[in-house]
Amino acid sequence: MHIPDGYLSPATCALTYALTLPFWYLAFQRVKRQLHTRMVPLLAVFSSFSFVIMMFNLPLPGGTSGHAVGMAIAAIVLGPWASMVSISIALLIQAIFFGDGGITTFAANCLNMAVAGSLVAHWTYTLIAGESTLESSRRVVAAAIAGYLAINVAALLTAIEFGVQPMLFHDASGTPLYAPYPLAIAIPAMMIGHISIAGLAELLISGGLVAFLQRSNPDLLASSLANATARLASLSVWKSTRTLWYMLAGLMILSPLGLLSAGTAWGEWGAEDFASAGVRQEIVRASGGATLPDTVPQGLERLASLWRAPIPDYAPSFMLSASMGYVLSAVCGAGLILLLFLLISKVTFRKDPVES
Amino acid sequence: MSEQSFVQSGQPRRRHLAERLVHAMELAFDAETVGSQQGFLQGLDPRIKLIAILALIISGVLTRSLTVLAALFLLALVLAFASRITAARLCKQVWISVLLFTGVIALPSLVVVPGLPVWQIPLVHWNVTYQGLRSAAFLVGRAETSATFALLLVLSTPWTHVLKAMRSLGIPVVVVAILGMTYRYIFLLLQTATQLFEARRSRMVASMDGPQQRRMVIAAVGVLLGKAFQLSADVHLAMLSRGYRGEVYLLHDFQIRRRDWFALLSALTVPALILCFQI
Repeated sequence: MHIPDGYLSPATCALTYALTLPFWYLAFQRVKRQLHTRMVPLLAVFSSFSFVIMMFNLPLPGGTSGHAVGMAIAAIVLGPWASMVSISIALLIQAIFFGDGGITTFAANCLNMAVAGSLVAHWTYTLIAGESTLESSRRVVAAAIAGYLAINVAALLTAIEFGVQPMLFHDASGTPLYAPYPLAIAIPAMMIGHISIAGLAELLISGGLVAFLQRSNPDLLASSLANATARLASLSVWKSTRTLWYMLAGLMILSPLGLLSAGTAWGEWGAEDFASAGVRQEIVRASGGATLPDTVPQGLERLASLWRAPIPDYAPSFMLSASMGYVLSAVCGAGLILLLFLLISKVTFRKDPVES
Repeated sequence: MSEQSFVQSGQPRRRHLAERLVHAMELAFDAETVGSQQGFLQGLDPRIKLIAILALIISGVLTRSLTVLAALFLLALVLAFASRITAARLCKQVWISVLLFTGVIALPSLVVVPGLPVWQIPLVHWNVTYQGLRSAAFLVGRAETSATFALLLVLSTPWTHVLKAMRSLGIPVVVVAILGMTYRYIFLLLQTATQLFEARRSRMVASMDGPQQRRMVIAAVGVLLGKAFQLSADVHLAMLSRGYRGEVYLLHDFQIRRRDWFALLSALTVPALILCFQI
């Protein structure tokens, strides 16, 4: 699960840093607001705790053993934001001092385990546990499923990151430059081990821990329950914008698909395309055999030079490759949209003092 | 930590937590010992060293040439030699561990990656391809080179200095403070966890079966969680008693000299050259 250096291309690493940074920032802001002076000692001790439990080997049915990441435990006890920070710090110490996971791939590891893992664990636990009492066995089941899903989502993200490498990053002879296996191999190879062994370890340790705390230290669960009110408040804001976030996430995930398509999108031809015989044939074919004018339409020619895009064709010349430029452009575009939404929401909700 | 790691020491067998704790402590102690020796990397400012090593690791990931990758690996060896870090130590702590982990992952790529056949494996008649060989060489080469540079950094620098040096990368002071405290409490909690297991083991008259072992591990995690909460509350009170009001200050006693600038410039030239030649 911990991706070492050299498995992911620099473009993928840059993309994962760009995607993870806003979560780190948001998590720190929220934790700071909730904990004040308790933030530094609590996060330090819990990061150490996250690190230590990653070293625990849990004996599994069948004679094998697996080690848990503890995403669900942290998310249940601390909430998703503090869990994100704690696991990220534990991963950073592992990467730098213990060589467990790479430095260039640190953000990818955080995105998979700390961010996605914590959020999936939190949402699953909150959804299944619902309003059940502290002693309810439903909470044990919720924690177990949360742990199982969280580690499998993290593994799936890791597999996707591996699987897109040979498709996007290879040399002229076709040699994959980073992780060499395509999605068809990377996903089953990662998921078989996680659906069976690692997922089982996370399931047992998450469910087992909640059962243990219900008997011996229910205060720890209660403190997380007390925080649920604050979390529900944040959920209400989330609910109102949920559809937009889903759409944005979907678009960001799907944006690299554009790399697979050939030719220019219908109707997005430039003036220079009318001069190329190949592109002209393509336009005619895509337009159902309609006749093309022999020269560039006057209006198009006049307006073409009016505006030069800062990132033409999603791949500026200073970037390494078209693939990298395309992916970075997708992130920049998504970032700009996010910024716009944030500005609009700030103006719209300025008079509403509800704590999010 | 069952994956590629500096604390595996080339022995892939399952370890007890106590052994892992000892290995982690040994690694930290080694960093103090090797870091205090006279050597090239030891003499550099930690901030410069951190940025320079990062630049070299990024170079290893950036390059699309096996020759450049080999040259970077050679550079890592030269730096180790100049810093009195033996090849035997690198071999024990990095090379074998990386080879066992990444080597196993890279092996199927020899036949899975399509391309020009260079050899046919007898009996199974699978073709080893030229592209597969290069791909495996890239994966193992990058992983070995990056891990060697990372180990050179942590072996030649006291860990507290590495953490403080992170400020030069723009990491907020509060994060650096949390990292410093995390590093300290990792060893404390590891020691506590080890004592929990030892205390249980010392009271046993027979070996436990699977479900019992699972219950013991889960109970240990639960107890450790309770202790962690208690510890964080104690540390918080101790900090407040010393006047902590939420602002974090770090003491900087690093000094950059001319040779530090030269080392930094040289290190930054490597990825710059790679980028220039690849565009």
